[in-house]
This record gives sequence, structure tokens and C-alpha cells, in this order.
Amino acid sequence: MIRPGKMLKQVLDSIFRKPATTNYPFTKAVMPDKFRGKIIFHPEKCIGCKMCMRDCPAGAIQIRKIGDKKFECEIDLGKCIYCAQCVDSCLKKALETTKEFELAALERNKLKVTYHADTGEVSKE
Amino acid sequence: MHKVVIPIGPQHPALKEPESFSVTLSGEKIMKFSARLGYNHRGIEKACEERTYVQDVYLTERICGICSHSHSTCFTQAVEEIAKVDVPKRALYIRTLVGELERIHSHLLWLGVAGHEVGFDTLLMYTWRDREVVMDILAMLTGNRVNYGINMIGGVRRDVSAEQAKAILKAMDTLEERTKYYIQVATQETTLIQRLSGVGILSHKDALKLGAVGPTARASGVNRDVRRDDPYAAYSEVKFKVITDDHNDVYGRTLVRMGELLESYSIIRQIVKKMPEGPIITKVPRKIPAGEATSRYEAPRGEDMHYVKANGTEKPERVKVRAPTLANIQTVAKMLEDRQLADLPIVIAAIDPCFSCTDRLTGIRQTGKRKKNVLKWEELHTYSITFYKEHGIDFTDLNKKMAKALK
Amino acid sequence: MMGLFYMLVFPGFIFLSVFGMAAEYCDRKLYARLQNRVGPPWFQPLADFIKLVSKEEIIPEEANPSMFKIMPVLALTATITAFFYIPAWGYKALYSFNGDLIVVLYLLTIPTLTFFLGGWYSTSLYSKIGAVRALTQLFAYEVPLLMSILAPALLANSWSLSEIAKFYAQHPVYWFFNLLGFAISMISLLGKLEKVPFDIPEAETEIVGGTFTEYGGKLLGLFRLGIDIEAIVGSALLAAVFLPFGLGLPPVAGFLLFVLKVMGVICTLSILRTIFARLRIDQMMAFCWKVLAPLAFVQLFIDLILKWIPLK
Repeated sequence: MIRPGKMLKQVLDSIFRKPATTNYPFTKAVMPDKFRGKIIFHPEKCIGCKMCMRDCPAGAIQIRKIGDKKFECEIDLGKCIYCAQCVDSCLKKALETTKEFELAALERNKLKVTYHADTGEVSKE
Repeated sequence: MHKVVIPIGPQHPALKEPESFSVTLSGEKIMKFSARLGYNHRGIEKACEERTYVQDVYLTERICGICSHSHSTCFTQAVEEIAKVDVPKRALYIRTLVGELERIHSHLLWLGVAGHEVGFDTLLMYTWRDREVVMDILAMLTGNRVNYGINMIGGVRRDVSAEQAKAILKAMDTLEERTKYYIQVATQETTLIQRLSGVGILSHKDALKLGAVGPTARASGVNRDVRRDDPYAAYSEVKFKVITDDHNDVYGRTLVRMGELLESYSIIRQIVKKMPEGPIITKVPRKIPAGEATSRYEAPRGEDMHYVKANGTEKPERVKVRAPTLANIQTVAKMLEDRQLADLPIVIAAIDPCFSCTDRLTGIRQTGKRKKNVLKWEELHTYSITFYKEHGIDFTDLNKKMAKALK
Repeated sequence: MMGLFYMLVFPGFIFLSVFGMAAEYCDRKLYARLQNRVGPPWFQPLADFIKLVSKEEIIPEEANPSMFKIMPVLALTATITAFFYIPAWGYKALYSFNGDLIVVLYLLTIPTLTFFLGGWYSTSLYSKIGAVRALTQLFAYEVPLLMSILAPALLANSWSLSEIAKFYAQHPVYWFFNLLGFAISMISLLGKLEKVPFDIPEAETEIVGGTFTEYGGKLLGLFRLGIDIEAIVGSALLAAVFLPFGLGLPPVAGFLLFVLKVMGVICTLSILRTIFARLRIDQMMAFCWKVLAPLAFVQLFIDLILKWIPLK
């Protein structure tokens, strides 16, 4: 059976419905639990095995020794592909995913995030 | 109007990715069509050789944005075959589950794109709205909307909980209802049928001859599906029909994809019901023993093939990817014979092209003995025949049989 | 002095621009809501216009600069001129004479011709194909449109739009017999305004932007404004011929009723463009000549019969 204007009923119904789209930057998008967003680093748990560095497909993680059993981590958010393989590889669970996903920056060096053992998270200037 | 040659691409609103087609027109009629690939070459195969197997899983996933799970599953299957790993049952089920969810989102996306190409933007808006349902399910299961990152050599990375299973079943009910509605739209809306039916005809014979795969081939009556013919993951344990159609045109391809959606819903219901308990991953050593394997996977666009050669180190020696679009792109020129310019976008879109998956580079090196740098097609043909004869394989009988079958 | 005011302010350029943009907003918002989207804010058409006007003007090297520049202006003037002959509120148009119906239809053809010439003189391949398509399409929709508007005129025994409006206001029963013509002219108007399913000349997925591929900046802004005003004038024409009720109202109420009628036509056009796919040019020709034109003939016959056997 052929019927021109088959979608007419559907489209007229939509006038009385709430729009399916949201006004995104003003209405925040909600991410599901266990979303693979920005990776954060807990310096106190790190033992410096560098398994994350070895497995990272993008080479976005750098672990550096800054003292006796103290390590700092530099994550390049521009390189990171958010696969969270480093979280799986980490034996001591020193890395963790977050729900944060709005990570764009206007300058490249602001994308480099350093987690220092003493001072916490610092964006490199 | 005299004959004009117009470029479609590399930048064109009808194409979602850069690829160049050049069309010779006489008025509105297409006289000649030629495609030029290679605008999206990223050197992924070479990059695979530079990385470890763990890293390659994520790299192969990024071959394609839509069928990312297809490529990574295909790759892990090949590696697991070389390493002779027994993948846990539950992992196989989860792979199948994500694969089918991916098929749903790909086919719904295709329907919207097809609507857009024929100027039916309303269809695009509605299908993409409903596609969000399956995207949300994928995000919930895997942690992201695209590039799911659920595969790992030896299993999968994330488990499916009971609540998630419930949410999946609920989503399937909504989607099934919506898909049935879209089938009604596709088979009843007059203007849509006028633009789809009789357009881009690819006969059964041509589909076989040009080696079409996936829904493009199945809409020409080629009953071929890797999921049934060479079952991988958990497909041997679920029941499903392979949808074929004999319309041979874009309309047929639409019907095949819509039919496959309904099959996917039934597969997912069976998978969720039957999913066995147990571990989801087995430990695989980082060094994969020497060997080689070919793995096939029925991606939403057709048969995907990966070849992996291992040499006993952490990195593969060679990875070869044959994406489904490469097999299908040949058919476009055939489909566009004697058609109008207005049919060109929908005919190209009907094979559901993914150009960035397709682009490969072949380097031909001078071997020393041969004087000519490059072999011509006929020379390559005779060379391949003599090569196989020297190795004790004779294809003459098979060639004759093929020629007979094609007649 | 009064003439200049009519031309530039009311009901001329400024009024029509504002009304045209309001109509475009309604069209876009309704289109979005019908597709279950949010849609643009109310100032979007104005913002688009300001953006286009403030952009630099690029004229292709091979194009004929004078023709390229003059075409948008011509499209705009033709549509504005046409509006003066349409009885918007009250029985009488601003200027009216016997035969102004033909003049209005003629003036409404000019934008399509400017699309053709503008596309042709910009010398781009996509523009040329779009231009040829625009002209081909003109021959398809113009005949049913003309015939379906001619039929009420025959019955009213006048070629003047004001006279036709007056006739139907006095004999409201005849209005029901013209409904077929109303539907036909509505579909033809979709072709004139180049909207889905007849947006063949500017089909973006096929020929990029068709006629307007090379246009940008001020010139494109003027073209878009011209199309907006063309939509108003076309809808006002249909409203005058096919919806001639409530004409005796006092000025303000009459004006509001007129706006309502035009918006009604524009919203119907939006709904029509939501539910169809774009046709191919050959399908469009076949549809217009094989379906619309015979139906327009039927409408003509109905009106001729009514003329011989008047209703009491």
C-alpha cells in the first residue's frame, strides 16, 4: 500500500512533545557511571612500575621519579584516546577514570596535566 | 547541454568523508563515473607493526568510527587464534552483544543518512533520535558512545550486570516498535519509494562478479553472511535468519537493513537470556608465538577481514585489513550506469561507504631481476597463475567453474 | 512623498523584510518542532542576515560581475513590487487596475529567472546545473499555478485581484468550489519557493548549493531576503484569491487577519516540506504535467460550469 505523507501523523504529534534535543552547553550532559573520561592519578599508590606507560596506545602518560618512592605523572590530554587501558594495567590502582569530558583548551600546553606527589594536580603553563 | 565533468568530492555535502568521484554528465544523465580512493590514508597497517598487541587492539578499533567493534574483534580473534587462547564463553557472548548493538546503531544511522541524501531530513532527525537509545546503552555498557574499548586479547574488559541486561531488553522493545514504524515509512511513503526503488540496480550476477559483500550483496539475492557461514563469537549458539532480498536496488538494500535490525533485536534477546556465568578474560602472555591467522567478521557494512602474522615478539610482523567498503566500492560504477546525477548521492550512500577504513597503500618495490617497475594488470594475472602453478596449485578448473557459474 | 513612504517603509521594503524574516522564523521553528528539535531563537533570521551582510563579497574571476551583482537586487525589487497589487486588507490593493493578476504572476516569475541568470553567470558547474534545473522546474510548476489561479478569476469575471477578492467576499458559497485550486496552487508554490519536495535546483547533497553555490556575503543575503519576501507575496496572493473572508473589518483587525492568513499558508507549506523526500527533476516534471495540470483543468471546468449555471 502506498501512502503519500506517511509521517504526517508522527510529525504533528511532535509539536505537543518535548524536543528530543537539549540546549547542550547550557544544559549539562549526564554521563553514565564508569564513563571513560579524564584520567586522574593518585601519587601515593604509585610504585613506579611504568606498566601504564608501556601499554598506552597513544604514549600520553609519563611517569617520573621525583624522590624516594615518589612519582609524578604527566598526562597529555591531547594525546590521550580515553581507552582507560592504563587503568586496567595499573597493578596498584593508582589511576582512575572520571566522568569529566569537557577538556578542550585553547593552548596546547594547557592540555598537559601533571600530578605532582606533593602539590597535587597542576596544569603546565 | 554539452558534456561536462563535475567533481563530487573530495569536499562535497553528500560525502561524509573525503573521497573523490568524477562524473561526466550529459545534461542530467551520468555518462561516466570514476572513483579515486586514497584521500584518507593513515598508514594504520604499518602503525600496527610498530605497536604491541595490546596497543593494536585500540588502534584497530580506530580504523572505523562506526564499526569500531568489528575491527577490534576481528583483530583479537586473529591474535587469539595464533596464541591458541580459549576465550571464556561469557566474553564471547558480550562480544556478540556489543557487535549486535553496534549493528543496530550503524543501520539506524544509515537509514537517516539515506533519508538526508534524498532530501528527507525528517527521517534523518527521527532515526537519529531513536538511535540515541542504543547509543546510551552502548555508553552504559562500555563507557563510551563510540570506540567502545571493550575487547582485549583473551576476552573482554567489562562485564554486563543484571540491571544492565534489564535495560538492554527494555531498549530492544522500544527500538523494535520504532523499527517497525520505519519499515512502514520506507514501504509506504510515496516520495521515498520513488527515490529508492529502481535506483542503483546491481543484478545477482554482477554482485557475484564484483565481489559485493554485506547488505549490498544480500539485497541482490546473494545469500551470504559470515555470522552463519563461519560462526565466530557466540553466533553458533543463537538462531537468526539471514535477510536477503531480490529487489536488487536501493529499496532492497533498505529492506535488508531494516530486516537485519529486527533480527539483531532477536539475537540480543537470546544472548541476554543465554549468557553463561564465569570469567570474562583469560590471561594471555604479551609475547605471541610465531604464526599467522586470518579472521572474518560480519561488520554492519559487510565482511571484514584481518590477517595477522606474528613472529614471537610483542609486536605483530604484519597486519592486513580488508574493510567491507573496499569490496563494495567497485559496484558503484555499475549501479550508476544510465542513471541521473540526482541518484548519485543515494547510490553511493546505499553501500554505506566508510572511506577511511578503505584506504590502503600498496608499495611496489623493484625486485632486481624484473626490469619493469610496475606490473600491469594482465602481467599480474599471469604472474599469479604461474606462481600458484609453481607451488602446485592449479586454478584452471576452478576458473572454468566460476565462469560457468557466473553465466 | 507618500509614494516613497509606500515603497520604502509600509507596505514596502522595511515592512516586507520584517514580515519575511518573521515568516522565515515561523517556518524554521515549526520545521524544527515537527522534527522534534528545539529550533532557532526568534532573532535567528535577522542574525543570519546581519552576518551575511557583514561578510566580504567574493565574485568568481570568470563570472560576469555586473550580472552577478544585479540579480539579487532584481529578485528583491520584483517581489516587493508584486506586493503592491495584492489586496492585503480591505477590498482594495494599494495600486490596482484591470489585469494586475497577470502582472503579479509575471513579477513572481522574475525571481526564478534571476536564479537562473545569477547561476548561469557565476559560471561554476554546480551553479550552471542548478540554473538549468531552476528553469526546467519553472516550466513544470508555472502552468498548474497559473491555471489554478485563473479559474477563480474566470468565475469572478475579472482580471483584477481586488475585484476577485470583492466578488468572493460577496458570494462566499463559491469559495468551497475553489478548494481544489487552492491545493494545486499550494503545491505549485512549493516549487516556486524551491522547497522540499521541489528543492531540486539547490539540492545540497547533489549539486552543493545549486544556483547559489558561488554567492556569498551581501548578495546571498539579498537573495535570501528576496526568497523570504517571495514566500510572503506568494502566500498573500493565495490568501487574496482563495481565502477572501473578513475583508470588511476595521484596519487593525483586518491587518491582523491578513497576517494570520499568510502565516497559515506559510505553516502549511512548512508541514508539506517536512513530510516528503526530494523528487528527481524528471519525476517532478511528470508529476506537474500528468497530475497537477489535469487537476487544474478540472478546476477550470468546475468554474466554467458554475459560470453557466450560477448558484442561487
